[in-house]
Amino acid sequence: MAEVIWGLATSHVPSIGAAMDRGKTGDPAWRALFDGYAPARAWLAEHRPDVAILVYNDHANGIDLDVVPTFGLGTAERYEVADEGYGRRPVPDVLGHPELSFHLVESLVDEGFDLTVFQELAVDHGFTVPLSVWTPDPGDAWPCPVIPLLVNVIQYPQPTAARCYALGQALGRAIASYPAGITVGVLGTGGMSHQLAGTRAGFINPEFDAFWMDAIEKDPGRLAALSREELIRQAGSEGIELIMWLVMRGAMDDRIGKVHSDYFVPASNTAAGIALFDNRPSPA
Amino acid sequence: MTTGAGRLDLPGTPVFDGETSRRGLRMNKLFMSLREAANRERFLADEAACCREFGLTADQQQAVLDRDWQAMIELGGSIFYVYKLAVMDGRSMQYLGGVFTGMGEDDFLAAMRAGGRRDG
Repeated sequence: MAEVIWGLATSHVPSIGAAMDRGKTGDPAWRALFDGYAPARAWLAEHRPDVAILVYNDHANGIDLDVVPTFGLGTAERYEVADEGYGRRPVPDVLGHPELSFHLVESLVDEGFDLTVFQELAVDHGFTVPLSVWTPDPGDAWPCPVIPLLVNVIQYPQPTAARCYALGQALGRAIASYPAGITVGVLGTGGMSHQLAGTRAGFINPEFDAFWMDAIEKDPGRLAALSREELIRQAGSEGIELIMWLVMRGAMDDRIGKVHSDYFVPASNTAAGIALFDNRPSPA
Repeated sequence: MTTGAGRLDLPGTPVFDGETSRRGLRMNKLFMSLREAANRERFLADEAACCREFGLTADQQQAVLDRDWQAMIELGGSIFYVYKLAVMDGRSMQYLGGVFTGMGEDDFLAAMRAGGRRDG
């Protein structure tokens, strides 16, 4: 059976990717963010999984508003990096793992999660920035095949936090029932608090972010109980993206070990968080 | 129609719900098309004609031509789609933040660098 070995939660702000692509990671405005990534990157480099599953949302690049799937899963052999209107990021296309994808779709549908299936999908910064946070210098290829799991966080009503957590738990069971003995990393992306439009634009809530960062490890059920309205109130209209961290958390065991976390304001208009968890912590 | 939980009413916080998305669908399609260089060229050559072709309402077309970012949001624009037009114009999300808050770009940027804006 396959095994989840780690979970990585990270913001996906496009300017983080742009800072890397333009060699600005040492600039005063950015250095602390990238210094904060270093311990996670070092650990991840020593713990390369056979496959990764990346929970993310698209931003008007791979899909549009004609079809708004609440949850979707990619089954492709390859995912092209999207040109979002200012040239594609200079990073490799993403290789998929169709065999595991089909297994996940079947398992999740059997559990009542009626996912939309993407046979073709261009992936945007919501996908590639987290990969860059993990692997800053991928060269010609990312460390392993990566499967996209899409969540609608852009158009209300987004799925509830509870449903995201339950999807993650079903995902964990689906991975465990995969016949091959492979290792899997799961990435939950987006957040932390931020709001892009309205007179409340620029809203940041460090107290809520700190609460979230602690509870995602120790008490995710408490986060799963938060309503959509409460999330938008506390984390901002775009901060509701944090629900995607709960998919990752649900796929992990109840007891996990924190490898590293860090918090940085501002990455553009956003509070940027990173949290890396070991699903095989040493005995307490 | 607003069944279930009803519409969220949070001060200063546009919620991109189904009704808003329906209102803005044509305009958001126009913005999405700006990912491609050929479409950007076509748009810049005759913005009004492009708006008509995509089926924008008169209000939406005026908002686009005037670069009235606040009106675009009010008329159904999703920030992620509106941003495509802003990027084409060389504008940043901080510039838009300065517009939405009325602070101007420099003050908005300074507020973000100081840790972001808080409620109240």
